[in-house]
Amino acid sequence: MYSYSEFDEAFIRARVAQFSQQVERRLDGSLTEDEFRPLRLMNGLYLQLHAYMLRVAIPYGTLNPNQMRQLAHIAETWDKGYGHFTTRQNIQFNWPKLKDVPAILQALADVGMHAIQTSGNCVRNVTADHFAGAAADEIEDPRPVAELLRQWSTDHPEFQFLPRKFKIAITGSPNDRAVTRAHDIGLRMVRNAAGEPGFEVMVGGGLGRTPMIAHTVRDFLPKADLLPYVEAVLSVYNTLGRRDNKYKARIKITVHETGKEEIARLIEERFAELRPLFGGNDQNLLAEIEDAFAPPAFRNAPVDAYDAFYKADPTFRAWADTNLTAHRNAQYAIVTISLKAHGETPGDATADQMRLIADLAERYGHSDLRISHEQNVILPHVHKSDLPTIHAALSQAGLATANVGLISDIIACPGMDYCALATARSIPIAQQIATRFKELDLEHEVGPLKIKISGCINACGHHHVGHIGILGLDRAGVENYQITLGGDGTETAAIGEKTGPGFAYDDIVPAIERIVRAYLDLRQEPGETFLDAYRRVGAAPFKAALYDTEGEQDAA
Amino acid sequence: MSRRFIPKVVTGNDLIEGDVVYLTADDRWTRHHHEAELIEDEAHAQMRLLHGAAQKLVVVGAYLADAKAGPNGPEPVHFREEFRTRGPSNYKHGKQVDLAQ
Repeated sequence: MYSYSEFDEAFIRARVAQFSQQVERRLDGSLTEDEFRPLRLMNGLYLQLHAYMLRVAIPYGTLNPNQMRQLAHIAETWDKGYGHFTTRQNIQFNWPKLKDVPAILQALADVGMHAIQTSGNCVRNVTADHFAGAAADEIEDPRPVAELLRQWSTDHPEFQFLPRKFKIAITGSPNDRAVTRAHDIGLRMVRNAAGEPGFEVMVGGGLGRTPMIAHTVRDFLPKADLLPYVEAVLSVYNTLGRRDNKYKARIKITVHETGKEEIARLIEERFAELRPLFGGNDQNLLAEIEDAFAPPAFRNAPVDAYDAFYKADPTFRAWADTNLTAHRNAQYAIVTISLKAHGETPGDATADQMRLIADLAERYGHSDLRISHEQNVILPHVHKSDLPTIHAALSQAGLATANVGLISDIIACPGMDYCALATARSIPIAQQIATRFKELDLEHEVGPLKIKISGCINACGHHHVGHIGILGLDRAGVENYQITLGGDGTETAAIGEKTGPGFAYDDIVPAIERIVRAYLDLRQEPGETFLDAYRRVGAAPFKAALYDTEGEQDAA
Repeated sequence: MSRRFIPKVVTGNDLIEGDVVYLTADDRWTRHHHEAELIEDEAHAQMRLLHGAAQKLVVVGAYLADAKAGPNGPEPVHFREEFRTRGPSNYKHGKQVDLAQ
């Protein structure tokens, strides 16, 4: 794993010192809120509904055990004993006090972490496939490139005042687990005819009030051209992006208004200017970073213990079937630790849970941890013989929920329980859906089904790409939930379609249940997933299940 | 005829704690919605907002929120303001426990 260089360390310490002084000056009245607000946002500090919120960057979702322990320490010392992992692979603390934030940032800097560029109109945390470096289907670990992008974009003077925020996602696998097509720039590693690795470059994706799937502007970009090419995209956007209207300022609108061909042409033109200016230092740096991401020394040992447990213990088997993913080393597995215990808040972990996860990563996971955009924690490298021990330890801590990829593995934004922008709550809806399907004991029968919930049109909960998406709105002073169906965040990305009128807070969970029951009735066989079935039959049967029941009730 | 004015309270967040606060008739900031001054006149509301927003070392983001009279003092009208009086629904955190102590 990459460790910060002296340069990174000095930069972060300097920023902590600056911000500490800014807080002091705010508290003594030398800075007004109007002056202070942009400064605190540059350092990840928001003011939410009930308190401040500090958003800490977890670059490409990668953490080491010491960093996780420090997050636990921060949660306990300056917050309410827990942290919330977000849909952008970051962590948020919901209750810090302004006067404590400098100490929190200092504690983060002690473990090479920070909250820089987690807000503002700059390049945000670069997100990556949470199985990077471990997945069986991977061409190359995308994280060295993500780290190169992090270093390049951090405090980049040209790109600190973009028209709007800018999000880059990267995957090294053909199977897209990083929702690359819904980002400002999506990078998907592919091979060319000669077998060399490079990137498909997609531009102009995004969710929010105007959801769009990104356009491919380059089918194959050689790895060595990546940085000048990304800089060319940013440069074109910085020039053309609209600053007159916040809602039309993202690059997706620029691409939409300029046209795909013209944008691609402008990017290539700018790229031709920039490419010669990159003399190769970026590639030297990338080579150094790649060394830091060398795979761990995998153990070679029998996996009999795993096989025996798998046969003998049904609880373990259920967990293994849902929460493990194929590792590129056949003796290993990728473990997804579900932060979606039924009825709990999606993405939340207590300080004790964080410490346990850190210990397990250190003892059994080559000291590597990931946060997924689906708000779970990953142990990317676990020898199969250690899985029974890990499962037992997780069970004790309420972390062994066997539901990854199932209906209760819901992603949800904080919604109006915390967020100042929200128009309705999301968390209680997620809690109620998970609880309801546990009562029904249906989720394993239903199989893979992604529900994603956003508490406002900004779509932090990615509802547009949920197989079932739920959007919470304020309709005449009452919470109202709109349903979309058929969304997909993978390489076959699609924006879900609205079903029709929304549902009241008390009616949304029964509505979801009607959709799921309709699916169970119409699927051709258990192997036909919800998304497959939806693509086969379309929205009509689901709309009938959603809306016709009212008529039946009236008739009865 | 102009529409009838919906009564207001002045609210914002405490600068240091971030907690939700309300302006009282005797110029204090309270954590309790029902202790807020219920302002029934539009011009007076603007004056009180200016007064509240000027206290830059105490409060952040002061604004006028709709409210109505209740048996124990002003009550919120919109659900967002109702949530602000008690805290999140997923944990017993915020005012719902802090004020009960």
